[in-house]
Amino acid sequence: MGALVMSKAITIDGKSVSFIDGQTIMDAALAAGVYIPHLCHNPEFEPHGNCKLCIVSVNGRNMTACTMPAAEDMVVASDTPELDSDRQALVQMLFVEGNHICPACEASGNCQLQAAAYYLKMLSPHFMHFYPPREVDASHPDIFLDLNRCILCELCVRASREVDGKNVFGISGRGIGTHLVVNAASGRLGDTNFAVTDKAAQVCPTGAILIKRQGYKIPIGQRTFDHKKISEVQMEPAKRTEPEHE
Amino acid sequence: MEPHEFPHIEQQLAPVFERHGCEANQLLKILREVQEIFHFIPPAAITCVASHLGVPRTQVEGVAGFYFFLSLKSVGEYRLLFSNNVTDQMQGNPELMQYFCHKLWLESGKVSEDNLLSVDSTSCTGMCDQGPAALINGWPLTNLDRDRLDMIAALIHDKKPVCDWPSMLFEVKDNIRRAGTLLGEPFEPGAAIRATLDRGSAATLMEMEASGLRGRGGAGFSVARKWSLCRASPGDHHYIVCNADEGEPGTFKDRVLLNSYADLVCEGMTVGARIIGATQGFLYLRGEYRYLLKKLEEVLARRRVAGLLGKNILGETGFDFDIEIHLGAGSYICGEESALIESLEGKRGRPRNRPPFPVTHGYLDQPTVVDNVETLACAARIAIQGGEWFAAIGTTQSTGSKILSIAGDCARPGIYEYPFGIALHEILDDCGAEDPYAVQVSGPSGILVPSKEFGRRISFEDLPTAGAFTVFKRGRDILQIVQNFARFFAHESCGFCTPCRVGTQLQKKIVDKITHGHGTVYDLEELKHVGHIMQSMSHCGLGHTAANPVLDMLEKFPDAYEHKLKNFAFEPVFDLDGALETARKITGRDDAWAHLS
Amino acid sequence: MNEKRKIRVATCSLAGCFGCHMSLLDIDEKLFDLLGVIEFDRTPFTDIKHCGPCDIGIVEGGVSNAENVHVLKEFRENCKVLVAIGACAITGGVPALRNNIDLWDCFQEVYLYEGGLEGNQIPNDPELPLPFDKVYPIYEVVKVDYFLPGCPPSADTIWKFLTDLIEGREPKLDYEMLHYD
Repeated sequence: MGALVMSKAITIDGKSVSFIDGQTIMDAALAAGVYIPHLCHNPEFEPHGNCKLCIVSVNGRNMTACTMPAAEDMVVASDTPELDSDRQALVQMLFVEGNHICPACEASGNCQLQAAAYYLKMLSPHFMHFYPPREVDASHPDIFLDLNRCILCELCVRASREVDGKNVFGISGRGIGTHLVVNAASGRLGDTNFAVTDKAAQVCPTGAILIKRQGYKIPIGQRTFDHKKISEVQMEPAKRTEPEHE
Repeated sequence: MEPHEFPHIEQQLAPVFERHGCEANQLLKILREVQEIFHFIPPAAITCVASHLGVPRTQVEGVAGFYFFLSLKSVGEYRLLFSNNVTDQMQGNPELMQYFCHKLWLESGKVSEDNLLSVDSTSCTGMCDQGPAALINGWPLTNLDRDRLDMIAALIHDKKPVCDWPSMLFEVKDNIRRAGTLLGEPFEPGAAIRATLDRGSAATLMEMEASGLRGRGGAGFSVARKWSLCRASPGDHHYIVCNADEGEPGTFKDRVLLNSYADLVCEGMTVGARIIGATQGFLYLRGEYRYLLKKLEEVLARRRVAGLLGKNILGETGFDFDIEIHLGAGSYICGEESALIESLEGKRGRPRNRPPFPVTHGYLDQPTVVDNVETLACAARIAIQGGEWFAAIGTTQSTGSKILSIAGDCARPGIYEYPFGIALHEILDDCGAEDPYAVQVSGPSGILVPSKEFGRRISFEDLPTAGAFTVFKRGRDILQIVQNFARFFAHESCGFCTPCRVGTQLQKKIVDKITHGHGTVYDLEELKHVGHIMQSMSHCGLGHTAANPVLDMLEKFPDAYEHKLKNFAFEPVFDLDGALETARKITGRDDAWAHLS
Repeated sequence: MNEKRKIRVATCSLAGCFGCHMSLLDIDEKLFDLLGVIEFDRTPFTDIKHCGPCDIGIVEGGVSNAENVHVLKEFRENCKVLVAIGACAITGGVPALRNNIDLWDCFQEVYLYEGGLEGNQIPNDPELPLPFDKVYPIYEVVKVDYFLPGCPPSADTIWKFLTDLIEGREPKLDYEMLHYD
């Protein structure tokens, strides 16, 4: 009985993808080399499911691939013009919600928000910009925290909690006022026990958490997503796109 | 005392920890008390609470920043919150709020310089049939007018504690206008439990099945099915939760049920507990109804004395069940069952990823049933009178009766109970609606019905409703109504998922633009686009339904916005001339080049 | 076949750095091919002060002040097709970094506290364009037909885009041509 572990399968865009019980649609897709766009998901941490880029159509109903357990007979559509158009709108929403000024950002070229936008062929943010007043925190000796670029994916929250065991980051506020907070009464990153070697310092998909003194070490034009699509990069599990630190 | 210095915080909070213990799931309860002591949650209190509960500071700050009735900045000794439901708006609350602010030299949303009071608006307080309404330090004020506000201003000026204010200010009426089988028939406490014990749990569940009872919160899930699933789910404990977080604007029936039929509701919970095997129940009471807390605690105490709660209920050995009341703290999303459970656990009210569903993994990850107040009252009746009796009322797919909270442009607002299947025009006649033009059925997340569709019927198969029934007469500005709803969703989005967090804001901004006379056909298309993204990509029902009023207006009420539109294809997103105002002030310029039309 | 009428093109830079225009000039020798089919109306190259009827208008830079709006509206009214070129026209770009700074603080810093200025007063000359409280992308002020992102878009990207547009194809950028930096 137990020998046929991989016998279960779902269909993604016409391709049969096997899964084992407990895997999500995203897990099964990643294992099979099928790219489903995502920003808040990183297989190293508990799925979160809030960016909604990975929404796929399962037997005609929209579901979040990174949190939905795979089940037999699921017919999943992901790579469709309709879904990609809706995903592009989500990326556009993330762009106008924050202050994403790519030419002035050290993460440009390595930024997954930008890369997802390239992948989805976004030519403009389309919606009205909110230009919210947000803080830049340079109090930490080794790390910048620039909330202008935070997309609330909570990867740093999860990394600090699950891997570093520190809980340096959390989320407060609600609605459009939802924002990242750090574990200090002063609200300053420099007053936390955050370290440059922490996992949480390596996982930001944008330039919200940046390691200091790394600026332009790799020139624009030679960065991760300058020549490779995010779909290719994220399908190379061995070479994750982490900035190196000293 | 300086508002930001708290040298004795440990001593001040010690009794709070004493009362609630130091379990992490007591966090919301503790923070509610911290708010009452300091009129906000100071950073020092966050640190203190975090260390006592053994949770990260970020978690405490996260919860404190989520709920509207908690605040990270001082809101003063007195916080007056005007209800901004559309009925309160029609009854003149915006003008009253302006009057009050003007009178006391206040700016809405800001605390007075002496840290004495602040004024703001809040989502519907559930007093739509006796508005305009407000909350003072969480206590409901009804039937507001200028005279009452003058009186309130004087009371605040004299620093009179709210508990000593004249009771007439706080009078809340039931206004039951039409009672059916649920509200009209006598009920003897204990009868439903006794019937359940006599019949047995399995047989009572069969009665629930036969009754066809579906959830009254709006979604209409079968109660028998939910209870069976939970009953069959393995777990160390099972829980039953009464969802009394009646947040849908325009709904107030649960307030009346809890005020005058609390025994029936508790009895429904106890019957449910017997069937699913729960020993602990929770009643999640929305913060706006805290004034009912004392009365409800008394009901629970009386039931314990009567052997209807506690150990060995009605002498049945091993039938142990009790109910604990949890107060919300100002968050519409906590009416969503998984967000409600998060809130019960003392966390931010954010809807969980599903599956797993609460029936298998709910409160503390244990099998949990969450049912609406009215559903539980129905269940108690069914336990006594049987499923067949209940199924004979209403329609085939929608059995039983439905309690409506009727407000707006009608002579007799209040509570009306009808068998399912009742047509809107009959209801409108009964409540004395004068020249009705539209009805918002089931609140902002429901359906805006135009007069030509008044033949439609209240039922799961036609017009499902959680109970709100707001009447608008001819001449009401539908665009203004929709603007009110769009603002509501933008205020109540929990902020978890991208489409709802950003989409509700975009929707609000575009509706505002049209309301201000700057909209074009392009903006209508944008509203449809944003609405589509929210409907198809959101995490939970809030996002899925947040575009409903806007899309209903676009489809059914073209007269509401067409005359407001510019003839051009495109208008700037922002007010060009307004965006020059700051620079005009700084430079002192007022020449032609300092203006844009 | 009759000799085709030349396509008339206008360009301008609002709150931008002229980097997109420099990139346009970087087309180098292909400019001669381009000039075979297009002619310039108002551009920084021609010194024509106002935009007349055109086929294509190319706008660099965001909207930072009242004058930017006058120019932008003139372009929109006169150009059949309006193109937003570069990060600033599309998102506000680097000038939009000032959006988080209070305008009064900006004025004080520049005119009152900064050394080297005589008199230390905030100018109120009507000839000076009056700044907005924020810098906006041009699509929030007028309808924009095409977007060509990049800071600046490369000469090859601009060439590809313009040749597509001129030859009546829907402009299409390969992956490596789509950049926001």
